[in-house]
Amino acid sequence: MANTRIYVFNRFNRFWHWGQALLVITMLITGFEVHGSYSLFGFEKAVGYHTIAAWSLISLWAFAFFWLFTTGEWKQYIPTLEKVDAMIKYYITGIFTKAPHPFRLTQLHKHNPLQRIAYLTILSVVGPIIWSTGLLYIFHDYWTEWGLRAFVSLEWVAFFHTMAAFMMLAFVIVHVYLITTGHTIGAHLKAMITGWEEVDD
Amino acid sequence: MTNEQGRHLEAINQVKGKHMLRIRRSTIVLLLGWFALIGAGIAHASEAPPVKLNTTADHSKFKELQKQFKSGPEVTKACLSCHTEAARQVHRTKHWTWEFLNPDNQQRLGKKNVMNNFCISISQNYPFCTGCHVGYGWKDKNFDFTSEANVDCLVCHDTTGTYKKPAGLAGNPVVGKPMEMPPGSGKIVNPVDLARVAQKIGKTSRDTCGACHFFGGGGDGVKHGDMDSSLAAPDPEVDIHMDATGLDFTCSTCHKTSSHDVPGSRYKPTATEKHSAYIRGKADQGNPATCQACHGNTPHKTEILLKQVRMNTHAEKMACQTCHIPYFARGGVPTKLSWDWSTAGKLDANGKQFTIKDEHGHPTYASHKGDFVLGENVKPEYRWFNGDIKYTLLGDKVEKSDTPTPINRIDGSPVDGRSMIWPMKIMRGVQPFDPVNKTLVMPHTAGPGGYWKELKWESAIADGMQNMGAPFSGKVDFIKTEMYWPITHMVASKEKVVTCAECHTVDSRLKGIDGIYMPGYSKFGWLERVGWLIALAALIGVLIHGGARIYLSLRKAG
Ligand code: HEM
Repeated sequence: MANTRIYVFNRFNRFWHWGQALLVITMLITGFEVHGSYSLFGFEKAVGYHTIAAWSLISLWAFAFFWLFTTGEWKQYIPTLEKVDAMIKYYITGIFTKAPHPFRLTQLHKHNPLQRIAYLTILSVVGPIIWSTGLLYIFHDYWTEWGLRAFVSLEWVAFFHTMAAFMMLAFVIVHVYLITTGHTIGAHLKAMITGWEEVDD
Repeated sequence: MTNEQGRHLEAINQVKGKHMLRIRRSTIVLLLGWFALIGAGIAHASEAPPVKLNTTADHSKFKELQKQFKSGPEVTKACLSCHTEAARQVHRTKHWTWEFLNPDNQQRLGKKNVMNNFCISISQNYPFCTGCHVGYGWKDKNFDFTSEANVDCLVCHDTTGTYKKPAGLAGNPVVGKPMEMPPGSGKIVNPVDLARVAQKIGKTSRDTCGACHFFGGGGDGVKHGDMDSSLAAPDPEVDIHMDATGLDFTCSTCHKTSSHDVPGSRYKPTATEKHSAYIRGKADQGNPATCQACHGNTPHKTEILLKQVRMNTHAEKMACQTCHIPYFARGGVPTKLSWDWSTAGKLDANGKQFTIKDEHGHPTYASHKGDFVLGENVKPEYRWFNGDIKYTLLGDKVEKSDTPTPINRIDGSPVDGRSMIWPMKIMRGVQPFDPVNKTLVMPHTAGPGGYWKELKWESAIADGMQNMGAPFSGKVDFIKTEMYWPITHMVASKEKVVTCAECHTVDSRLKGIDGIYMPGYSKFGWLERVGWLIALAALIGVLIHGGARIYLSLRKAG
């Protein structure tokens, strides 16, 4: 099996990814402390870190969307059902027998079909739920002034925010694991650090 | 230097100038002249006669007050000779009538009518209780409430601190010669120099209001918990507004009074204020003693970006006091938290009344009163409260049970649009009641024939009830009661407020308060379970998957 190296993740890609990773993990840790699941920094500090990270994450997302749309990279997230069955089969059986990966990574197709669906869901469903409810949460002091009080209740805002947080948590767990399923255990991780991914010939 | 002073110095200068020319001395003379000038300037300034700036009338100069007064009413007559309307203004107030008609439910309240679970009621105890009446001579129920001379001006306007109205004299001070009080006790109370007090009359102060209000319930700090003698000259930690070395508020700075009618009420408190701060000229009939009267309804600066607190939202559902009074009885004076009358009446081996004291010397048991629980730095309890209070009055039916009978039932709910979450002192008691008529009772406690001396409930209650014209079966039992005291004084400095985490936690201060969502405390039943389950399932899933991969590749490797 000869190895080919291709350049999949450019600088912005990698910056975005790691920035997002760091912030999302910060949000999870501080968010669930705010939620009362454990205590680590203390409620007040947790809220503080969570808010700072929230603004950072929102800015990062805004940048990333701008970048995705101006560079055409958004096409990476167009969902496709093609080969989804093969992917699922690969994760269920092929991976154990070292069968070849059904998806060939190229610069034009960085994500396998399952990744596409997962990332699209995160970016277009979980993300928006989190930031829209998060923003409402942050601006709670202004609800009365803005006439929102009659339409939204903190309980529901918190409910959807927490629900999305659970989805994010599940995603992060699975995602971290799937990093190890590349050509070699460390291949994906290395790619996201250096930009270069080794792929099977 | 004012213009006038300038001209004056100029004139002196000219005179001095001629003088200097004559003696032809140089710089030293000039310097000396300069000092002389300064001296002349100072002398000039001190020529202005001293003036009192806090009043336009120096009462010590009034002929009417330069005499030997033989009684309180005699002083009052002198006051009224100038302040012609004062007594009739006082007549209209609760301080005089000890009566309040609740306009919402027509309940006739006021100290004259209600009961509490401390010393219970004033019936047949008038001469003792009325030591705190703004009048003279209320010794029984036949007191003349139309008498102008019997209004006590001094008790509120004394500035000397020497004017005292001992319990037992029906609101009169000791005048003339020293008096042994109580008789036979060997304790001597010296007479008050009424002329001196009258000549030094002034505005009300923390001391004058405090002389009664700090000692409610029969002793320092006993009743309120947020008012005791520590407020006479408090540190900022005890009360940020009254801070004697800081803002130095008196009671009337907030309880802004006109026509002698002090605003603020425990019978009809203002629980919610939905307005901005009062400004001059605004025709508003609101209560000037609320926090919002000065601070408005959105008092917190909201720095959304980095300082993440959403405090003004908190202020939409919570009284300011809830966060800003973290504990009551913070001044080193304990307050009574419960009082059990049912254990009163025990005697020691010699058949005498006795007292048990705690390590600080405060009684926790007294034969004539029963058992007490005292507390300092007490964390309040919290309740929704809209300002409506209904009293259990004499004649109202009560039922003995394990749930305490509320002496004053407070109303409030998260959805009535009028309630706020308030800190409360809830006074818990066990007090005598009539098990046959099923009513609370008003015993005669103080003075001859009262329970405190005789330790006989039946006769004490019969006496108190007969005075009120209320029926009494002759049977005595004891009933659990509770009484709500909204906490509003002893506002702490902003560094000492209740911290976020004291409520936003599983073991929240606001535990049990319904109708609010509180991150850190509130949970979403099933979402919680499903959420963690999915996360756990994901974790187990990847662990099994990874484990299988490792196992299979190890086996393959041999
Ligand atoms: C990965 C992203 C995020 C996760 C996992 C997350 C998670 C959480 C969780 C679990 C809570 C506790 C909710 C509760 O118990 O009521 C919370 C609270 C909160 N979140 Fe997030 N969150 C994220 C992103 C954001 C964003 C983007 C914003 C703002 C735009 C935000 C703003 C807030 C605010 C304001 C609170 C409430 C803090 C308070 O009590 O004052 N969060 N978050």
